[in-house]
Amino acid sequence: MTVAAPAPLEPPATAVVDNARWRRLRPDTPLPWRRPLALAGLAIIGAWAVMALFAPLIAPDNPLAQNFATLRPPSGAHWFGTDELGRDVFSRVLFGARITLPLAVILVIAAMIIGAVLGGIAGFFGGWVDNLIMRIADLVFAFPGIILALAVAAALGPQLRNAVIAVIVVSWPAYARLVRSLVLSARSSQYVVASRLLGSSGLRVLFIDVRPNAAGPTLVLAALDIGNAVLLLSGLSFLGLGAQPPTAEWGAMVAEGAQNFSDWWVGMFPGLAILTVVLAFNFIGDTLRDMLDPRTARAVRV
Amino acid sequence: MGALLQVENLTVALPTRSGYQNAVDGVSFAVDAGEVMGIAGESGSGKTMTALSLFGLLPHGARTSGSIRLDGGELLDMNAKQLRAIRGRQIAMVSQDPATALHPILSIGTQMTEHMRHHLGVSKSEALTRAADLLGTVRIPDPEQALHSYPGQFSGGMRQRIAIAVALAAEPRLLVADEPTTALDVTVQAGILRLLDRLCRERGLAVIVITHDLGVMSATARRLCVMYAGRLAEAGPTSELLASPRHPYTRGLLDALPHPEAGGAPLVPIGGSPPSLGRVPAGCPFHPRCRYAQPLCATERPEPKPISDLHLLACPPDPLRAAS
Amino acid sequence: MSSASATAPAVLRPRKEARHRDLRRFLVQRLGTGVVLLVGITLVAFVVTHLVPGDPAAANLGQRAIGNPAAVAAFRHQYGLDRPLPVQYIVYLKDLLHGNLGISEQSHRPVLTDLSEYVPATIELALFAIVLSMLIGIALGIVAAVFRDRWLDQFIRIVSLAGVSMPVFWIALVAFYLLFFKLGWLPGGGRLDPTQNNPAHLTGLFTVDAALHGQWTLFWSALRHLILPGLVLAIYTVGMLTRFTRASMLEIMGNDYVRAARLKGLPERVIVLRHVLRPALVSIITVAGVAFGSLLSGTVLVENIFSWPGVGQYAYRSAINLDLPAIMGVSLFVALVYIVVNLIVDLLYGVIDPRIRLS
Repeated sequence: MTVAAPAPLEPPATAVVDNARWRRLRPDTPLPWRRPLALAGLAIIGAWAVMALFAPLIAPDNPLAQNFATLRPPSGAHWFGTDELGRDVFSRVLFGARITLPLAVILVIAAMIIGAVLGGIAGFFGGWVDNLIMRIADLVFAFPGIILALAVAAALGPQLRNAVIAVIVVSWPAYARLVRSLVLSARSSQYVVASRLLGSSGLRVLFIDVRPNAAGPTLVLAALDIGNAVLLLSGLSFLGLGAQPPTAEWGAMVAEGAQNFSDWWVGMFPGLAILTVVLAFNFIGDTLRDMLDPRTARAVRV
Repeated sequence: MGALLQVENLTVALPTRSGYQNAVDGVSFAVDAGEVMGIAGESGSGKTMTALSLFGLLPHGARTSGSIRLDGGELLDMNAKQLRAIRGRQIAMVSQDPATALHPILSIGTQMTEHMRHHLGVSKSEALTRAADLLGTVRIPDPEQALHSYPGQFSGGMRQRIAIAVALAAEPRLLVADEPTTALDVTVQAGILRLLDRLCRERGLAVIVITHDLGVMSATARRLCVMYAGRLAEAGPTSELLASPRHPYTRGLLDALPHPEAGGAPLVPIGGSPPSLGRVPAGCPFHPRCRYAQPLCATERPEPKPISDLHLLACPPDPLRAAS
Repeated sequence: MSSASATAPAVLRPRKEARHRDLRRFLVQRLGTGVVLLVGITLVAFVVTHLVPGDPAAANLGQRAIGNPAAVAAFRHQYGLDRPLPVQYIVYLKDLLHGNLGISEQSHRPVLTDLSEYVPATIELALFAIVLSMLIGIALGIVAAVFRDRWLDQFIRIVSLAGVSMPVFWIALVAFYLLFFKLGWLPGGGRLDPTQNNPAHLTGLFTVDAALHGQWTLFWSALRHLILPGLVLAIYTVGMLTRFTRASMLEIMGNDYVRAARLKGLPERVIVLRHVLRPALVSIITVAGVAFGSLLSGTVLVENIFSWPGVGQYAYRSAINLDLPAIMGVSLFVALVYIVVNLIVDLLYGVIDPRIRLS
């Protein structure tokens, strides 16, 4: 009997699920450790959350305190330098987290609730209700994000609160569409039909049978969306339609950096803050999506 | 004549949660040119893995041992490049479902000529002419038009014929047909089987038909191998096996599935279910479900032994000897 | 299957005619929906802009004029704001059909003139960016799919995630600072050098116009000016396209027909490009269409930094100043782009996937 070398294989993956890579980790490695990206993402968000929470204690200076040391490069006294009004950029970045993080999360939750409710109604009742809601959603979708947000924010007035509203207006259609399609496919699925046959009312079916299945993808979308929300919000502030001076908001700070582009630190650090936060949420959201997609889920769980 | 394909003690181990498990365990068989051989078994019996191992297209991480000799050449020693030269050219496969096995957005002409040109080096026009001929051989009406058409425009039976034509395009010596009729209507199945038979006779093609459908076997295969849990249970001339099976599993299959030789007897299913990968019972894999099981069946692994000139049996107690 | 004669030409002719007929019908259908969409957009844009709390008069008249009721009334009358809303809408539609998009309240020029100046600049930038994104994004996606789960794939995944996580206005600033200010490799703004004159006008796209007229120095200058803003804009869409290409290809790779192609002994390159990429292109093209929309978003944020005289800046100024005719004009432009892009995408579907053509 000849013992041949492992069967010659094509370098890329064949049609069968590729589990070999995960074989290298011991089977009892806890799930989160198998996804270094998600771990990094959680760590970064955690760090920012801590910094946002304790900003008043950690920040070396008052973010609004102006002094004569304007546009100084990073130094021992001012880690991120000072801006054109002499304010400490590092402190402003820290306090910026207190604005951006909570607002983005609230924003996404609001958009998710509005969108999910509308989408659920559309999917469940169908008919002209469905048509109306979906046409509106399509119309919003057709407009490139920031242009619509721009219009809404401008119409409502340049204020942080209005920028948040604008981003909610732009974000809800994605949830509506998702939830609607989930409801539609659930409606015709076996377990819902069985439940109706057993006498469950429509509402009960919606909440007990459909919701668990709809929750997963919706939450994944929300996780991925937080990053987007941060980008849109800071984008609007960059354009002057969100946070107003002297509020220390990252987007507005980058705009200031654009005015003083030769003093690179003014715009660089707030922008990096945005980047790290969005990247972290995207890491998490990406992994979540892998875990919930049945095709890739096996590679993660096994 | 020397066998075209000689498989000896083939073992394929796949990585699972509980380590490597054998999907194919010590299987041996041979196929001659111009003959149709059948491999029968339920899903999970290892028949598809056996077929894929002939092509070297097993899942990532799979380990094989044993010997697969095609015309003398040892396939398990070949590198990727050598295997690519063999695939399509020496051995070809027709998959189960023609709806998914044919590429939906490439024309039939492209699908037939691409490997023909790659392996045989013929010009495009020459390849198209040959392709049209092949389509005629498999009885596709209007081959010229068909070359420019797409799989979606054909019915299931036609698609399977086209798939067979595609497999034959580079003039292989051995054709492996994995459940060639399972996805088709009963009325169409006979035509496909007749086609395979004709091709075998006319071209001296060696054919391996893999199926769980014993009716298909009796219609086409001259010899038959019955597999269970990755191992060979019984092998021999089809007529003999189906008329007087010697392995309890074969007997059970015949009793449970409809086929011409049964003669209208009521169907009796085999109790229990086939073992999944990694849960193969010790000793004889079939013993938990076998009504003739004896103590030694739980401990001793049965090896296929010849009980007559062409008939192999892997069942030491041989409880059905008297019935034959 | 019909039994036409076996001679090739006779078989080809009826097929070609049928194809042209199908295409015509398809185009007409699409244009019809496009027109409906345009009208819908005008209605929505009209309603939204006329019902918002902001007052155009307040935005466009100076502080002193606001206090003067006569001035406000004159302003309102001049822009027809004192007539009932439905009448305003009808008037607007009528004007539209005559190619009159109204007079911009900021520039006091016809909106159409404004747009004809700014639109080509943005289109040129967006086209450059989308072509760049597709070339880079699809290539990276293919590599990531082929080397699935190996380090190259992980690396590309991180890079593409970084791409979609970057605030475009920030990376624009960084690129501007590094590549123009510090290193001087690329020009920092405008479509041409200040001393250069525009190429003879044909399309408004400077690169195209210059090339068509053989003005090669202008061509290179225009190209160099495109690189920085184009690259910056492309970063997000490269990330998008890479991820979608990878996902799409991996999904296709799991299909039976790809395994069947391997069973035929075809070289890996042929399998990846012809058997996997082609069907994947259908969803990739869809994403490219969406990507184009996000590019337009990006122009709003980026044109300012690079002094690019395009619709992005115009849209921003119009929104800030509540310049209603201009806002409507921009909305129409956006809707038009949406329709054209969808049309192109649909046409490309038909080219790539014969199943769509034949249905």
